[in-house]
Amino acid sequence: MFELLGIPPQVLMGQLLLGLINGSFYAVLSLGLAVIFGLLNIINFSHGAQYMLGAFVAWMLLEYLGINYWWALLIVPIVVGATGVVLEKLALRRLYHLDHLYGLLLTFGVALIIQGLFRNYYGISGLPYNIPSQLSGGQNLGFMFLPNYRGWVVVASVIVCFGTWFVIEKTRLGAYLRAATENPTLVGAFGINVPLMIMLTYGFGVALAGFAGVLAAPIYSVNPNMGADLIIVVFAVVVIGGMGSIMGAIVTGFGLGVIEGLTKVFYPAGSAVVIFVIMAIVLMIKPEGLFGRNA
Amino acid sequence: MTEAATMTHSTAAGGDALLRIEGLQGWYGESHVLHGIDFEVREGEVVTLLGRNGAGKTSTLLAIMGILSKRKGSVTMRGAETIQMEPRHIAKLGIALCPEERGIFSSLNVEENLMLPPKIADGGLSVERIYELFPNLLERKRSQGTKLSGGEQQMLAIARILRTGAKLLLLDEPTEGLAPVIVQQIGATIRQLKQEGFTIVLVEQNFRFAASVADRHYVVDQGRVVDMIPNAELDANIDKLHAYLGV
Repeated sequence: MFELLGIPPQVLMGQLLLGLINGSFYAVLSLGLAVIFGLLNIINFSHGAQYMLGAFVAWMLLEYLGINYWWALLIVPIVVGATGVVLEKLALRRLYHLDHLYGLLLTFGVALIIQGLFRNYYGISGLPYNIPSQLSGGQNLGFMFLPNYRGWVVVASVIVCFGTWFVIEKTRLGAYLRAATENPTLVGAFGINVPLMIMLTYGFGVALAGFAGVLAAPIYSVNPNMGADLIIVVFAVVVIGGMGSIMGAIVTGFGLGVIEGLTKVFYPAGSAVVIFVIMAIVLMIKPEGLFGRNA
Repeated sequence: MTEAATMTHSTAAGGDALLRIEGLQGWYGESHVLHGIDFEVREGEVVTLLGRNGAGKTSTLLAIMGILSKRKGSVTMRGAETIQMEPRHIAKLGIALCPEERGIFSSLNVEENLMLPPKIADGGLSVERIYELFPNLLERKRSQGTKLSGGEQQMLAIARILRTGAKLLLLDEPTEGLAPVIVQQIGATIRQLKQEGFTIVLVEQNFRFAASVADRHYVVDQGRVVDMIPNAELDANIDKLHAYLGV
């Protein structure tokens, strides 16, 4: 009854779920990039490495200190965010008045260093991280089997994304951020500490990457290249959604994950490139991105 | 005008300067724009900076706020030297800027724009009082800030610095590009604010407007203050002023 173009529903739903999970990571990561780009004007190329760092810190907490997944969800974003704060304070802050390219080069270099260090110490074969016992197993939904952990990834991502959106678009702190994005000089002249806000915003964006890394640890293998593989797609997502647009990053992240999943069902050969094809089309028709405020 | 003139003598008679500026020099990057600004503003006064385009009026306000890239000389607020301070610390002394381009944030609605500047001291106007002064803003408080008309945006730019407890307002050409009826409204607002105890430094090109609100006028030319004319003596000095302003 559910058969669609000769595709059994289990296959379709399975890929849809897989797409939604990939989309969760796209959304959380591109959200972090959008928040950072919005306020700092920095294209944070180390975002993938910071996501990898999140997964590794979660692994280390468990391996060396016996700290479990749930604590890692809380601790890792703080630790990884703190490394972001240090990076901002020591290096990025000197680049704000320069062209985007300098920030991109610096963060790209940082990514290479972090990935190189981890490759050196942990190799590239990948480390196992078990699904927390509370989330093992799954639900039989009748038309498909839903592993509990994968469902949790989607739910947690949606909560984090919309929580972030709410804070930025609907609160007083968010109003400071939006105003400082438009005119940091004037916001500073009102007595607001803009440099501090920028530092914490970078830390928060990086913390989001760390959070995504913890979510990823039990389903993708924890290895030094996990971020480098993902980040290129995430950049395409950000470009499609519109640089600096919060809602754009979220909706495009989930949407493109789903589109990618569906492509795997209907035209598997195209699934690796579909996001880049969409990016090319969007850039031709609406260069500022689907949700971009005209730059 | 006569009311303004009598106010001059009552307020100018006593009291120390709220803001005192001596030998202020300022730069935008490499370009030296202020060459020695000297003037003072007493508590409760409305003082204008008059001068031609490019004379350094806006730069003077930005320099007071600490926004220019480099400053030298002395700017004291209630006796506190600010020349080495960051803008955000200067703001906390009770100085607030309403910039020439108005600086309304497009990603904030009217209410968010109004509530943006943090309170730095007690004694600011309440939000209710502000909406009483500017009823249009209440009607449109959910609109995007930049969707307002030019006049409403100007009102909003003034309104949002009244809440914070800042007592010295720097208003940069609030009448620029606005219809005469709106200009009159803004004039009435400024006189009202003076009544409420605010001290105002007003940059103006329109000296008729300046004469309708101010106690004293400083003339700025080529980055220097070259003259001071009390509003009461404006008529007697009109030829001199025309020469300064090149009108």
